[in-house]
Amino acid sequence: MDPEKAKAYWNKNITVIGGFLAIWALVSYVFGILLVEPLSNINIGSLPVGFWFAQQGSIYVFVVLIFVYAKVMDGIDKQFDVNE
Amino acid sequence: MDFNSPEFWTFVLVILSFGIYIYIGYMNRVRDTRGFYVAGQGVPAIANGAATAADWMSAASFISMAGLISGMGYDGAVYLMGWTGGYVLLAMLLAPYLRKFGKYTVPDFIGDRYYSNTARTVAAVAAIFVSFTYVAGQMRGVGIVFGRFVGISVELGVVIGMVIVAFFAVIGGMKGITWTQAAQYCVLILAYLIPAIAIALLLTGNPIPQLAFTFSDITQRLGTLQVDLGFKEFVQPFQGKSQLDILFITIALMVGTAGLPHVIVRFYTVPTVRAARYSAGWALLFIALLYTTAPAIAVFARYNLLTTLTGAEAQPDGSFVMNPVSADELRAENPWIPKWEAPGLLRMEDKDGDGVITVAPGNAFENKAVGDPTPVDVSRNEVYIDADIIVLSTPEVAGLPAIIIGLVAAGGLAAALSTASGLLLVISSSVSHDIYYRLIDPKADEKRRLLVGRLMILIAVIIAGIFGIFPPAFVGEVVAFAFGLAAASFFPAIILGIFDKRSNNYGAIAGMLTGLIFTSVYIVLERFMGVPFKDILGPAYISSQGIGTIGAILNFTVMFVVSRATAAPPQEIQDLVESVRIPRGSGEASAAH
Repeated sequence: MDPEKAKAYWNKNITVIGGFLAIWALVSYVFGILLVEPLSNINIGSLPVGFWFAQQGSIYVFVVLIFVYAKVMDGIDKQFDVNE
Repeated sequence: MDFNSPEFWTFVLVILSFGIYIYIGYMNRVRDTRGFYVAGQGVPAIANGAATAADWMSAASFISMAGLISGMGYDGAVYLMGWTGGYVLLAMLLAPYLRKFGKYTVPDFIGDRYYSNTARTVAAVAAIFVSFTYVAGQMRGVGIVFGRFVGISVELGVVIGMVIVAFFAVIGGMKGITWTQAAQYCVLILAYLIPAIAIALLLTGNPIPQLAFTFSDITQRLGTLQVDLGFKEFVQPFQGKSQLDILFITIALMVGTAGLPHVIVRFYTVPTVRAARYSAGWALLFIALLYTTAPAIAVFARYNLLTTLTGAEAQPDGSFVMNPVSADELRAENPWIPKWEAPGLLRMEDKDGDGVITVAPGNAFENKAVGDPTPVDVSRNEVYIDADIIVLSTPEVAGLPAIIIGLVAAGGLAAALSTASGLLLVISSSVSHDIYYRLIDPKADEKRRLLVGRLMILIAVIIAGIFGIFPPAFVGEVVAFAFGLAAASFFPAIILGIFDKRSNNYGAIAGMLTGLIFTSVYIVLERFMGVPFKDILGPAYISSQGIGTIGAILNFTVMFVVSRATAAPPQEIQDLVESVRIPRGSGEASAAH
């Protein structure tokens, strides 16, 4: 495969991963742990938002992130003609 | 025969489920090493997802986790986020590229990528150590579930578990294990969700545990009740651990998950790179079904236990009036109390002689758990509740029929057996493939390699069984070890192996050894030698569970610096890195092997 194209594909993959992992860290480490106390004044249903992210929300976001990543990469693989 | 007794249904469902596993194992018997180590790389993404979920969720996830969260409140989030978040890392940073690499084991990748048999040996030994520490607890778990539900001794239970695992793992290898695990996932998730739905409906009127947990007022009611009894609010963070420690434990568990060999190898079994990505999604979806239900069960069961034990009655204004009664009255009204008192999972005693049972924060008795020799400070609390009761007693507390109690037993066994079989395969492949074939006898033919693989899995089952029957004193501490070491050794070496072309053999060996040694020394000093790091480090204290995070950072740093101070890897290794980054060609890569 053309090295320029391989490099462009890889850079694109890294950009996509960077974006998704930023969301991953935001919901778990930031909302669920670092900001859990300030976020305790807002509620989702009857649970404080920080607690909800720590015990429910971050897990839902993780699942969605993986499927969206897989879907996005399907498109990028096709675009760069490296799909299987 | 009593068709309404839990014992009858437990017997029927356990025998039936074991029969299914043996049948599946036999139907998927294998004849070549590719089938034995990576299930012929023909497992569909969704089936691999179910197998990964069963592989991942152990007896501890199934039986103990909800109970632990029930006692920890918010702090239980370390397990919920820590044991799920790693799949995001797997899906994006590891699984697709390792599948493209296409070989059989984690030490395969490390040995080939770092063109070093020293690195391969370090990885193989670490994989064996991590998996053995983990599997000892699983075999014990099989015995305990048998003991609690079927009424046979723990030792006999371990032996039965060994025979079942040995059967489908020896003849079916990874292929047999994969399809058995997919079946085991179905058993364990049904066994977990049915009682959860029943208790959610009973306490909140909403049958979906996650929705009942979030939208009903049950958690607020539990909070009020806890404060009335002198506990902290259930949702209040950092009651038992500092914010810093919670952060580091969560990171260590996530990174450790992504570095555990028995999880990583599951992604070698799918047909394509694309399937590896989706498979991680399915795995986490299946895991999330249990992991988002667990905190709901934790709240429901704790509310139920506390109101039962204190006789608390909710008033229209939201406050509680307590009507404590004597231990004998509690036993007479709740048949599950004497049942769980017998094996030592529950203990109550009117210590102050006031005629009623008092529930309060702190330890009720001089020994935290029955059989635990460590003395602890005692409060006015008069009830000891083992964490395992939360899940085990839910069907009875919710008044479900005997068949459901049998199903929970079959589910607990499915969780323990599926995790044990995945770990045993890693141990077998590390010895027979990485050490025997790659290092000792590279000329061994296919037939001989397969025989050695089968023999190793049999030996591993026997050793794991002996650990289960005579548990070494450290079994309770091994989870910290397994995750800490996986985080500090494999994860950085694999990530840099894919994402940093400049990483070389010297960097990998130096980095892995630094991470392994730092992490093990810290855990041994704190857990086994009793060094009071908590007092020494003060607010900067990080517990043994979280120290793997520092180990991983050290490994990354050392590897990066040493690699740049020494010669670049040879061209063919740089080409290998280029090739694992591109999805196309995964089929050819494995066919050429």
